[in-house]
Amino acid sequence: MSGLSYEAVARFAQQGGTVYFGVLFFIVVIYALWPRHTETFKRLAALPLEDCEDDHVPS
Amino acid sequence: MWTKHAKFERHSLWMIIGIVIVVSIGGLVEISPLFYLESTVEEVDGMRPYTPLELEGRDIYIREGCYTCHSQMIRPLRDEVERYGHYSLAAESMYDHPFQWGSKRTGPDLARVGGKYSDSWHKDHLTDPRSVVPESVMPPYAFLRDKDLDYRQVQAKLSAMTKVGVPYTQDQIDNATADLEAQADPFDSRATALKKRYGAKLAQRDFDGDPDRLTEMDALIAYLQMLGGLVDFRTYRAEAPENQR
Amino acid sequence: MTQLTVQHDEGAPFDVMLLYIFTGVGAFAALLAAAFTKDPLFQFHSFIFLAAFVLAAGVMTAGVAYGKFRSEPTRYADGVIRAGVIATMFWAVVAMLVGVVIAAQLSWPNIFYFPEAGWLNFGRLRPLHTSGVIFAFGGNALIATSFWVVQRTCRARLAGGVAPWFVFWGYQLFIVLAATGYLAGITQSKEYAEPEWYVDLWLTVVWVAYLLVFLGTIWKRKEPHIYVANWFYLAFIITVAILHLVNNMALPVALLHHRSYSLYSGVQDALVQWWYGHNAVGFFLTAGFLGMMYYFVPKRAERPVYSYRLSIVHFWSLIFIYIWAGPHHLHYTALPQWTQTLGATFSIMLWMPSWGGMINGLMTLSGAWDKLRTDPVIRMMVVALAFYGMSTFEGPLMSLREVNALSHYTDWTIGHVHSGALGWVGFISFGAVYCMVPWLWKKDRVYSNTLIEWHFWIATTGILLYIAAMWVSGIMEGLMWREYTPQGFLANSFVETVAAKHVENIIRTVGGLMYLSGAVIMSYNLWRTVRMPGHEAQPQGLASLPALAAAE
Repeated sequence: MSGLSYEAVARFAQQGGTVYFGVLFFIVVIYALWPRHTETFKRLAALPLEDCEDDHVPS
Repeated sequence: MWTKHAKFERHSLWMIIGIVIVVSIGGLVEISPLFYLESTVEEVDGMRPYTPLELEGRDIYIREGCYTCHSQMIRPLRDEVERYGHYSLAAESMYDHPFQWGSKRTGPDLARVGGKYSDSWHKDHLTDPRSVVPESVMPPYAFLRDKDLDYRQVQAKLSAMTKVGVPYTQDQIDNATADLEAQADPFDSRATALKKRYGAKLAQRDFDGDPDRLTEMDALIAYLQMLGGLVDFRTYRAEAPENQR
Repeated sequence: MTQLTVQHDEGAPFDVMLLYIFTGVGAFAALLAAAFTKDPLFQFHSFIFLAAFVLAAGVMTAGVAYGKFRSEPTRYADGVIRAGVIATMFWAVVAMLVGVVIAAQLSWPNIFYFPEAGWLNFGRLRPLHTSGVIFAFGGNALIATSFWVVQRTCRARLAGGVAPWFVFWGYQLFIVLAATGYLAGITQSKEYAEPEWYVDLWLTVVWVAYLLVFLGTIWKRKEPHIYVANWFYLAFIITVAILHLVNNMALPVALLHHRSYSLYSGVQDALVQWWYGHNAVGFFLTAGFLGMMYYFVPKRAERPVYSYRLSIVHFWSLIFIYIWAGPHHLHYTALPQWTQTLGATFSIMLWMPSWGGMINGLMTLSGAWDKLRTDPVIRMMVVALAFYGMSTFEGPLMSLREVNALSHYTDWTIGHVHSGALGWVGFISFGAVYCMVPWLWKKDRVYSNTLIEWHFWIATTGILLYIAAMWVSGIMEGLMWREYTPQGFLANSFVETVAAKHVENIIRTVGGLMYLSGAVIMSYNLWRTVRMPGHEAQPQGLASLPALAAAE
């Protein structure tokens, strides 16, 4: 209660939150667009189509 | 840089840590200021904890799910203030564990219903809502009239409330049962002590019109009749900077 | 623990013995609680606990005696998913039926209220309906589909031996306790978190077991990557655990008393509750069901996910942004205004990831649009995505202060919730169940495609009637509340706005009844599917005894 004023905390929450989100979003976008991932993502996108509907676990 | 993020994908533990960080920071930043900054709740005159009878009435209000159709939060909009009274202050629900603001008005707001109608109107309305308001869609609560109030745990309830932060005195806790009985009986000799503990303004009478019994109807009406009437708005200054948040 | 389930003939496996002991101790504790409590409601629930534990112990005794608990690591654990599908449909019908009843109560209060039966009043049935739909129907659908998806995309049998069965039955016990509690008047009055402290504790135990089963399966995986559907399921499980724990912090009145008081009060309690409430929507009703969507839509359309990149970006943005949006439930209240503004801002931002998910789902059908005509299940899932897009468009709109001033407290909110719940959650779950039932019971197809068509059309019409009626009545009552006469007086008394909604209430009841009829048709169709001759000689353990189907 002492030291930190209510306004300071409120301002920190608003500005810090925006910066934090911006950084996080940037990182995720870079990760998603990184060229080396293209092949992996292509394979993963089709993953549900490969699996079987019966109950045998493929070895 | 990117190899670190590949770990999110491959290793579920990193994934969990990522999820926990992402979802908890938002909550912390948003919620925690409210807890350690006292100015969220303005200072007002008149607020007091519920009397034992009102607290039992409030528990019935919760048990019956009244909050599913009735809000207790008047917004500072012209029509609401004119319809229901002064907009609700944070201080007015500071002893509400949990809060009863509600989210839906299938029926009207009840934040200031106290004193608006007579006890017997409430009793008739709760017994058969359509006998007094023909278009009402409210369920009937006739059974409250016939059910004796079970207040064996009232002392434990006050004591639990103290532990979560409601400032009941030891005196109030020790005399919870006596105070509860006294409030529902206009001729009870313990009335003076009750009013000394909870203030002279409090309503002390036979709420359900059945002097022989202390019913759930008594408790519920006692609760409804005190809603919104505690704060002294003559001393509340809405323009003060600490009340402008 | 998983390795231990492999042993074959030397009596019961370790995990079964552990659960056996647990039920024994639980039964004893429940007996003590029932004997010593002075609170009749607490005693009532102690007896339910006791009955559940004794029943479980009995079934397990029989199971062990007949050697039913042997686990086959080369097979997927599908028995628990079959049980989950049955539970999903059962609770769907029950919860929607309760919804129709309370809609009828608001339409015809003189017929559907019973003065001497307080437990049938709106206030007690309404939490039963909401919890029934969200947690019983939605929760079972999520648990069942997550068990299917995590096994198939990780190529590994469910971890934990008998633990998935504990999760399933433990969750059903939670539902029964919550439901009977509401009817008996046991509630802590926090919306969508009404169960009292001991039920919350029980759910915590079950939920941790669920998390461990899900994680354990991921740890066993043969596929190096974790498929994106599992991300959504994981975020759902973890975040719901956090939300549940924080929001339900409460102090019981006494150790053997049902009532508890929230640790928070007033404005803090309101913010915690709506942080919970909004994220129950975001993580239970959105993230979890997006996980379902990311598996069943590509699978059924036989097309790969449109953009895996988009799925990654929209996953992280969605879980980041959702967590902030709660305060938009508290506009113009005593909550500090900066928190309200923050909530509204993030609600607007939510538009992006929500539509990212919708577009990704819809575009997965590119190249397979003809299936919309031929396959009613695909159509159902596409309509689900359309409703998801619509309600995530409407939501940010309603989070604006000016719109919220009109829409809050009115039927508009109810309409909004139902376009999400009936349209998105309901239809995507129905789609997934229609996919899974023939696989689980080893049939070539669902019994009748015509009946699926009927289900689709009757339910879609029902949703449209429902939300159109609620839009009209919500906006109408919002406008009537703030209507002034030329002299400057309020034009309408409150009860006039109640009376004005009569016709809309009836239309809503009809819409709900149609949606319920769809679910009943579906249950019949699935029942006939299960009864059809299978394409494999050996019949699978039938619906009737899911507990013993633990044999697998």
